[in-house]
Amino acid sequence: MNNTENSPHNVDHRKVIHEAIVRKNYKRKIVNRVFTGATIACVMIAMIPLGSILFEVVKNGISAISIEFLTQPQGSIIRGDGGVGPAIQGTLLTVGYASLIGVPIGILAGVYLSEYAGNSKFAYTVRFFNNVMTGIPSIVIGIVGYIVLVITIGSFNITAGAVALSIIMIPIVVAVTEETLKLVPNSIREAAHSLGIPKWKVTLFITLRSAKNGVLTGIVLAVSRVAGETAPLIMTILGTSLFFQGFLSPVDALPLRIWRFASQPYEHAHSFGWGAALVLIIMVLSLSILLRFLVLEKSFKSGSLVKM
Amino acid sequence: MIGAAGYTLFMLVIVAASVVQGSVPIFSFEGIGFLFGTDWNPVEGRESYGALPYIVGTLVSSAIAMAIGVPISLGIAVFISEISPPRIGTPIGFIVEILAAIPSIVYGLWALFVFRFWIVDFIERPLYEAFGGTIPLFARTPFGLDIFTAGIVLAIMIIPIISSISREILKAIPNSQREAAYSLGATRWETVWKVLFPYAKAGLLGAAILGLGRAVGETMLVTMVIGNAIGASAIPDTLFSPSQTLSSLIANEFNEAVTVFHSSALIALGAVLFIVTMGINVGAQLLVSRMVKVTPGAKE
Repeated sequence: MNNTENSPHNVDHRKVIHEAIVRKNYKRKIVNRVFTGATIACVMIAMIPLGSILFEVVKNGISAISIEFLTQPQGSIIRGDGGVGPAIQGTLLTVGYASLIGVPIGILAGVYLSEYAGNSKFAYTVRFFNNVMTGIPSIVIGIVGYIVLVITIGSFNITAGAVALSIIMIPIVVAVTEETLKLVPNSIREAAHSLGIPKWKVTLFITLRSAKNGVLTGIVLAVSRVAGETAPLIMTILGTSLFFQGFLSPVDALPLRIWRFASQPYEHAHSFGWGAALVLIIMVLSLSILLRFLVLEKSFKSGSLVKM
Repeated sequence: MIGAAGYTLFMLVIVAASVVQGSVPIFSFEGIGFLFGTDWNPVEGRESYGALPYIVGTLVSSAIAMAIGVPISLGIAVFISEISPPRIGTPIGFIVEILAAIPSIVYGLWALFVFRFWIVDFIERPLYEAFGGTIPLFARTPFGLDIFTAGIVLAIMIIPIISSISREILKAIPNSQREAAYSLGATRWETVWKVLFPYAKAGLLGAAILGLGRAVGETMLVTMVIGNAIGASAIPDTLFSPSQTLSSLIANEFNEAVTVFHSSALIALGAVLFIVTMGINVGAQLLVSRMVKVTPGAKE
């Protein structure tokens, strides 16, 4: 900065500009470094909760888990007797039931959107509101199960829960099915059609078949999403400490049980809550990781398809 | 098949019809004042219901979640799509997606028994001790079960969804945009901030709004950490006050509601939530799909 007094005018001018550019570039580099560091920090910050959740669930949950915990109904919570057998059974039953309703409807609608509807207004509307449906809070969907099926039947029941969960599942299955079917190259459909195969056979045995893994991905995604849902179950299956009693009585579910355990003041209840959380996480994450392998396999396969 | 496609539309109709039908009794009882009242008294004979505190609680907790969650999510998206080599970026994307697969009830359990003590010890108490006397926002002894904790945990919840959509959107930006910026001598930061973000503005906004939709509707997690205040006191006067959101009040009281008006009032809260999230999601879909429509032509 102190070079103004001793040099000729034009040299001084150039020097000042040069220094300004160097200084500016230096600043820009610093900003760039800070920015890169900040994005790395963001990634770190997101990793901390994940690490902590998995660590705490395993640490606190592992001690609760035993054969008795996995198979028996809940005994005295103060002494820590029994387990979450009915909750595991209830989760499997309710999610299975919901899949029976949701998966066929979801796949059919997805196939329709991708293979039959084209760009019609109806298809656009379905697609749009299907995406909107994925954002409707699950507790609102629970209200539907309550009003449509609990009040009319007169008791909390598994059907209401399954229907509510299927409403959460269907939009996911529809969207993923449609997206995957669209990835199937048209040449495959054209080849089939040129052999004179009717459209329904092409769709069922050729298009849907080559998109099998992607469709499966959608199903797994939807199942793992609803397996952890709690809010809609509060108003539909209620929760109970008994095993499955029939289609017209309340059933239990792991997420519900975790919630109830967490709101009790006993130490054993908390330990049971962590145990139930561990069981739930193992169920959900193993599905997700399974899904990951399916996706990897799928991208490999569709890569080879495109090359054909 | 058309039936199945129609059924997906029918689901939306039946959701709307149910919440409207269920909230008729309370609106005939309280009138439109239900939305602006602050009382919440389910005792039969002295019943009085108002939704305002829970609407405020929902807005404030979601705002905190967005303020924290959006910048972090964008940072992650930029790191994965612009900075890291795929060898590092792909596993990180996978790990962030695992975060999305953890059920919210497990987040809640962790927040209730572990994370809230971190928040009290490392954030709330220092803030309270430093500014509690001067800034009204921090003027309350922190306890951990409050709207601030709920906002932070919500932020953690919405990070996976915002960052994965933003990442997809950044990836959809044609490479020519980046090449042009770098060839002019822009640094990476300048490329991201002055070229990529403006280009993807609509899509990124849509991603953030989808995250907002999640935060507004999230139930179990909030129920476990927000402190569950009722009535006028549920309007938070400081960051460290207990509060209540629309969804958490429904979850807390639904099974205890015995009178017609009480359960109808809770369903009406659901109706408010439904309308708000519908608006949010329709807006977000419009924004994201505009961006995605750009994608096919833009890909090289």
